[in-house]
Amino acid sequence: MEEGPVSIELEPAAPGSGKWTGALLEVRDLSVTFQSDDGPVHAVSSISFDLEDNETLGIVGESGSGKSVTSMAILGLLPRQAMVTGSVKLRGRELVGLSDRAMQPVRGKSVAMVFQDALTALNPVYTVGNQIGEAIKVHDDVSDQELRDRVRNLLEIVGIPNPAERADQYPHEYSGGMRQRAMIAMSIANEPEVLIADEPTTALDVTIQAQVLEVLERIQDRTKSSIILITHDLGVVAGVADRVLVMYAGRQVELATVDELFYNPRHPYARGLLASLPRVDGRRDARLNRIIGQPPSLIAIPSGCAFHPRCNDAKLPSPCQTDRPELREIAVGHLSACHFAEDLPKLSTSDLAADESSEDGSVG
Amino acid sequence: MAETILEVTDLVKEFPVRAGLLQRQVATVKAVSGVSLSVEKGQTLGIVGESGCGKSTTGRLILRLIPATSGSVKFRGEEVLTRSARAIRQLRQKMQIVFQDPYASLNPRMTVQSIIAEPMAIHRTRGRKAAAARVKELMELVGLKAEHASRFPHEFSGGQRQRIGIARALALDPELLVLDEPVSALDVSIQAGVVNLLEDLQDELGLSYVFIAHDLSVVRHISDFAAVMYLGKIIEIGTASDLYERPAHPYTQALLSAVPVPDPRKERARKRIVLTGDVPSPINPPSGCRFRTRCWKAQEICAQQEPELIDRGQGHPSACHFAEVVDVVSV
Amino acid sequence: MRTEGNIGGVEPSPLGSPVGAEPMSTLSIAEPEPVPRSQWQLFRRRFLRHRLAVAGGLVLILLIVVCFGAKYFAFYDKNQQNLLLGPTSPSKEHWMGTDEIGRDTMTEILYAGQISLKIGLAVALVSTVVGTVIGAMAGYFGRFMDQLLMRFTDLFLVVPAIAVLAIAIKFFHDTPFDQTTVIIFVLAGLGWMYIARVVRGQVLSLKEKEFVEAARASGASSARIIFRHILPNCIGPILVNATLSIAAAIVTESTLSFLGFGVQPPATSWGNMLSAAEGNYNQNTHLLYFPGIMILLTVLCVNFFGDGLRDGFDPQAKH
Repeated sequence: MEEGPVSIELEPAAPGSGKWTGALLEVRDLSVTFQSDDGPVHAVSSISFDLEDNETLGIVGESGSGKSVTSMAILGLLPRQAMVTGSVKLRGRELVGLSDRAMQPVRGKSVAMVFQDALTALNPVYTVGNQIGEAIKVHDDVSDQELRDRVRNLLEIVGIPNPAERADQYPHEYSGGMRQRAMIAMSIANEPEVLIADEPTTALDVTIQAQVLEVLERIQDRTKSSIILITHDLGVVAGVADRVLVMYAGRQVELATVDELFYNPRHPYARGLLASLPRVDGRRDARLNRIIGQPPSLIAIPSGCAFHPRCNDAKLPSPCQTDRPELREIAVGHLSACHFAEDLPKLSTSDLAADESSEDGSVG
Repeated sequence: MAETILEVTDLVKEFPVRAGLLQRQVATVKAVSGVSLSVEKGQTLGIVGESGCGKSTTGRLILRLIPATSGSVKFRGEEVLTRSARAIRQLRQKMQIVFQDPYASLNPRMTVQSIIAEPMAIHRTRGRKAAAARVKELMELVGLKAEHASRFPHEFSGGQRQRIGIARALALDPELLVLDEPVSALDVSIQAGVVNLLEDLQDELGLSYVFIAHDLSVVRHISDFAAVMYLGKIIEIGTASDLYERPAHPYTQALLSAVPVPDPRKERARKRIVLTGDVPSPINPPSGCRFRTRCWKAQEICAQQEPELIDRGQGHPSACHFAEVVDVVSV
Repeated sequence: MRTEGNIGGVEPSPLGSPVGAEPMSTLSIAEPEPVPRSQWQLFRRRFLRHRLAVAGGLVLILLIVVCFGAKYFAFYDKNQQNLLLGPTSPSKEHWMGTDEIGRDTMTEILYAGQISLKIGLAVALVSTVVGTVIGAMAGYFGRFMDQLLMRFTDLFLVVPAIAVLAIAIKFFHDTPFDQTTVIIFVLAGLGWMYIARVVRGQVLSLKEKEFVEAARASGASSARIIFRHILPNCIGPILVNATLSIAAAIVTESTLSFLGFGVQPPATSWGNMLSAAEGNYNQNTHLLYFPGIMILLTVLCVNFFGDGLRDGFDPQAKH
C-alpha cells in the first residue's frame, strides 16, 4: 500500500459544490480475497450498499458468510495478505487503498468499531478509564482533567454505575455486560459518524443482551450516528435494524428494509433461514424446517449461484448452476440476488414456522 | 403409563475456593443449591438459565461426572450417587451425555470410527466385527455416510461433528441423554437439522432427554417440560406451555421478555422488561430470594424468607412470594 | 460464544467442502472438491514449507550417518598418528588439518561426534520419557500428587550440573559403568524437569477439554485417558522439546568436557577437542574452529528442525 497524504481532503461530490450529498457510506463492489494453500479464498465477493445518516443497517449471515471481513475491510484492518478491491467512500472520500497513516484519523473518529468479545478486545493491564482515555487522546489534544471528565461522562452514558470508581478498575473487574458497555463507550468517545458493531451481544446472556442493545439504541438517539450491526441472530436484527443485508458465502443475497425482509423475503436462503428458526412464541408441534447441506467453504464456492446446491427452487443446470445471479432491484429499496426472486411464493413469517412444503420439512 | 426414569431430589454442589500457601478453604461457590426435578420416559425436560445459573453443573451431577455435595439422583428408582465404582460403569451405559462444542468434544487424533466405537471398547460389549457394524449403523442413524468412518474430526463441519458426538452417545443403547447446549455452537441453518434429528431419535428409540440450553426458543420447541434456573436454584418449573405462555416468576418473565423474536412488528410493539444490574456472585448469593436484588417486586419478605418452589395458584410451581402470570411473549 | 473463526472467514474445516452428509443436487458434481487431507499430510506440508527446517533435518541426518559410520567414512584410522607431520593447516590430504601428533582432524571429529551425538540423543530420549511421565501424572492427578511431584521437580532444578557431574564421574570411575553412560544419566537426570513442566501444562489444559470428559462419561479409566486421549495430543510440544533438548545436551556436554568434567581423554568428544586445542590457540586455530563449528552446526540444525516441527504441529503458524 502506498503512503497516502496525511492531510485530509474531502472530494467534493460534484465539481464546484462544497457539500457531499451522497450517502454517508457508499460501498461498491467490495471484494476481499485471501491466499491459502488450497487456492484463493473469496471471503467477500462484490458487496454494494449505502448507509444513510442516522440509520441502522443489519448485516446478517452465518459463519463463513464474510460479514466480519466486510467490516474489517471498511476500516482497513485486514492483514497485508488480503487483497481488497472495490470502493468504500465515507462522505465521498475513498477509504480502500489508504495507508495506515492516512486511515488513522478515520479509525475511532469517523468510523468506530465494537468487537464481539470485550474480554479479549480490552487490554487487561490497563484500567478501563485509561483505555477509553487513550481512544480520545489519539484524536484530540485535551488536558488531563478534561480527559477524566469525558471518560466519566461516557461511562455514565452507557449506563455503568459509579463511573468515577469504575474508571479506575481493570477489565477483569467488570462483568461481561459491563465490559461490552465499556467497549461501546470507547467507540463513541469521539462521536463517530459510523459505528460498526461486530456481533456485540453474541457472547452475552439474553438479559444482558437486552441491556446492551438498549444502550446502543440510546446512543444512536443521542449522537444520531449510523450503526452497522453485524450478527447471525435474526431476532436481534428484527428489533434493531432499519434495513438488512443478508450475506451468504461472501456474497450479498438480499438487501431490504427490515419489514420487507421478514414479511416478504425474496431469496431462498433468507426464506429458508427464517423458516428454520424455532420461536419463543412459536408452535411446538411443528417440525423445524431446515436447509439441507451446509454453507460452502470459501475456497470452493459453487458455480453460478452459491446457494444452488441447497435450494429447493433451483432450476438446474440453467440458470442457477451456470449463471451467478446479479443483485437486482425487484421492488423499491428491495434487492435480491436470485434468478427467480419475483416468482417465489409469498410467505409470511408466521406461516414459515409451520410450512411443510416437503416431506423432510426442508424449504427452498 | 408415564414412567419416571430420573428423579433428582435436593441436589447440592458446592465448590471450595482455596487460597494461601496451605490451600485453605476461604469461601464456597454455591453452584447448585437444592435442585429437584424428574423426567418421564420418552420425554424431554428442558433446563434453561443464563451463564452461572448452574444448569451445566446440574447435568454433570446427574451423570456423576462430578461428585455431588449432597442430594439424591435416582435412575429407574436406584440411587446413582452412592453406588460403587463398578456399578457406575454399568450405569454409564444407560445414561450418556452430548456436549456443546463440536470442535472440542471429539479427540482430534482419533478416527471417527474409534471415537464412536470407544464406549463399546471400554465396556467390552461387542467384539471387533460387531462393533464396526454398530458404528456403521449409528452413523447412518444420525445422517452421516458410513464410508467416512475412517476420517478425522477436522474433516467434518460443525453440524456433522455434533452428529458424531450424538452417535457416540448412542453407542451403548442408553435410555437417558443429558444434552448440554447441543446446538448453541452451530450455525442457525444447521441447528434445525440437529434438533430434528434429536426429535426423531427420541421417537424411534424411546429416549428421554435432559436438554440444557440458554436458547429459550430451542427449548420451547423441543421440551415437554421445562425448568428455569437462577443462581443455583430452580425458580419455576412446569410444562413448556406453562412456562412460555403463563410464566409466573418475574425472572422467567424478564427472560422471555428479553428474547428477541424474528418479527419486526412484534419487536417494535413489545414492552421489554430490562433487568438492572448483574447476576450476583454465587459465592455470596443474596439472602432469602436470590433474585431479589434485580427484581422490581422485591419487598422485605423477599430478603427474609426464601420462597419455596410450590404451586401458588397458577397451575405449576414457582418460587416467588408475589408470583403472578404475565404473558410477555405474545403481544 | 461462537466466533467467526479465523480471519479468512473460512469455516474451521478449511479443507474444502466438508465431507458431505446430506445429498447435494446431483448436477453439482462439477465443482472441484479439494482433497481431504489427514493430520499427517497437513503436518508434512506445513513442515516442508519451512526450508531451514528441512535443511536442518537433512544435515542432521547426514551428520548422524557420517559420524556413526565413521569406520566407513573417515579417510584415516582413528588415532592414526604421524609424529613427523605434526600440526598442519587444512590441505588436500587432510581436509581439516592435523593436530600436534599428526592425527587427521576430520577423522577425530567424526569419531568424537559419535560420543557427542550419542550423548545428545540419549539424554534427550531419557529426559523426555521421564519428564513426560512425571509431568503427565502431576497434571492429570493434580492436588497432592501435583504438589509432591512439582516440589520434587524444584529440588532437581536447584542442583548444579557441573558439581554433580564431576562427583559422579569420579565416583563411577572404577565401576563397570562406562563414562558415556554416566554422563548420559546425569545429564538426563538434570534435564527432565523442563519437559515435565511443559507436559504438565499441556495436560492441565487438555484435562478440561470436552473430549476427555466424554471419555470419562463413557467410563474410561485414568490410564486410558492419559495414554489414549491426552498424550497423543501433546506430541507436538513434547517432540519439539525433545529436539531442543538434544541441542542443550550437546552444548552442556561440550561445556563440561571443555572444562574437564565431562568426557575424559583418551576418549574424545567435540568438547574436549576444544579443550585440547585451547593451548595452542594462536598457531593452530583450525584445531579450535572445527570442533566449534561442528557443535554450532549441530545445534543450529537441531534448532531449525525443532522450529519446523513446532510450525508443523501448529495449524495457526504464521511465517
